[in-house]
Amino acid sequence: MIEVEDLSVTFGRHTSVVRAVRQATFRVGEGESFGLVGESGSGKSTVLRAVAGLIENWSGAITVAGRQQGRRRDRAFYKRVQMVFQDPYGSLHPRHTVDRILVEPVAIHRLDTADRRIERALADVGLGSRFRYRYPHQLSGGQRQRIAIARALILEPRVLLLDEPTSSLDVSVQAEILNLLQRLRRERGLTYLLVTHNLAIVAHMCERVAVMNAGRIVEALDVGVLRSENPTHPYTRQLLQASKGYDRETARGLVDFADA
Amino acid sequence: MSAPSPDRPLLAVEGLRVDFASPVGTIHAVRGVNFSLGREKVGIVGESGSGKSVTGRAILRLIAAPGAVSAQRLEFDGIDLMGIDERAMRSIRGARIAMVMQDPKFSLNPVMTVGRQIAEAYLVHHDATRGEARSRTLEMLRAVRIRDPERVFDAYPHEVSGGMGQRAMIAMMLIPGPDLLIADEPTSALDVTVQMQVLSIVDDLVTARGMGLIFISHDLNLVASFCDRVLVMYGGRIVEECRASELRAARHPYTQGLLAALPRIDDAGRELAVLQRDPAWLEPSERL
Repeated sequence: MIEVEDLSVTFGRHTSVVRAVRQATFRVGEGESFGLVGESGSGKSTVLRAVAGLIENWSGAITVAGRQQGRRRDRAFYKRVQMVFQDPYGSLHPRHTVDRILVEPVAIHRLDTADRRIERALADVGLGSRFRYRYPHQLSGGQRQRIAIARALILEPRVLLLDEPTSSLDVSVQAEILNLLQRLRRERGLTYLLVTHNLAIVAHMCERVAVMNAGRIVEALDVGVLRSENPTHPYTRQLLQASKGYDRETARGLVDFADA
Repeated sequence: MSAPSPDRPLLAVEGLRVDFASPVGTIHAVRGVNFSLGREKVGIVGESGSGKSVTGRAILRLIAAPGAVSAQRLEFDGIDLMGIDERAMRSIRGARIAMVMQDPKFSLNPVMTVGRQIAEAYLVHHDATRGEARSRTLEMLRAVRIRDPERVFDAYPHEVSGGMGQRAMIAMMLIPGPDLLIADEPTSALDVTVQMQVLSIVDDLVTARGMGLIFISHDLNLVASFCDRVLVMYGGRIVEECRASELRAARHPYTQGLLAALPRIDDAGRELAVLQRDPAWLEPSERL
């Protein structure tokens, strides 16, 4: 469904060039859930934004559903590929009602039966029609993220790009949103590309995962390997060790892989 | 600085309440919190709105109007924190009780070099020359394992990384030699590996100086692995108190629910347990 080959992204120019992504290559099969993990600055979100067409300054090849993508994406691309952002406080227009937020993609894509689509999208994310005329500030963080997911789903896309969809939520709300995303994928055979810094979320949500560090994919592996705590790359091992909680010995043995 | 006697706790909190008056009624952010703390690492965990940060701030009397703090007892090393005036409180803040906040980007002064800010913290509480303050600051930067203290001393906050900034914050908070450190989500903005490094620095310094630490966090695993004791807050109350090593065997349904809601690396694919909130959790309990 998604093929990324030799993707490189640079920001800035002349003396201050940042090579945010360096020759990233991976593919995601139809119906698969693929994770991109790494620490801040590893380039994981930049890869996602390049796939989404939100960044223009990339080189390499991005193919989605058999079509090679250029700098600009057409409307058909966004009918097929939608994105959910990290912060539901920032990604919903504060002065638009839920109804207006959901009607916009329907109008842009000139689809009919907006009314039925909105009702259905709200039901799909576990919110009733009573939420339809509320403003974002009248919703909790978890409810807002459900609206963001509803907005992505209303076009009936095949691919969801998820950028840290639960990292601004409490753990109890995070569990609800992760369960919702799992159910939607099961029911509709959606393809997920999920960016997170949290290895437990990747192990929970994905079949395969690419580990990124300093712009490079250091290793791509099945989550089974992650689960059995047996990754080959030392960076992945260190990340896994550090995710398990505080340990004085582990803290002493940490190595900086950034320049490696 | 008197040495606290061993039988007296470093901090004793009884019946702490914090209310915020608002046009739509009073918000009871903290509703009767009791705990005491020795020279140990105590974690306060809870979700947003549980009152954990407000509790930390109330101890330092950093709650501004319309917030109102009341307590039957709020005693630090034998000093009644509710009874002393603002001037006396200022001599305690920083010097004896210090606080590290979540994000170094917002808690460091952006137009002052890192070194000057740390030196200022020392000069406020010590009668020392600028030269002495500088050498103490460089020493402190070395203690928080900053490899190139001279460079960081002269750097502005935007010129250092998040992990470096948070180490500078910790250096600033520890340079006056406090007895109690309140750390409010000190590593939540940091990557896991950087978080580990920063925590090991806090761990070493707190242990070496025999300080007390209140570690406020939403991360149950982190608190369980880092602290000696854990207080779990919900709706402005402490609903569970246990040894950190025994958090997995927690008895309160809220704590159990939080633990079950966490995705785990070794247990993937299952449906995550969703927390069912019980209104009874908001009632005062006799369990503790």
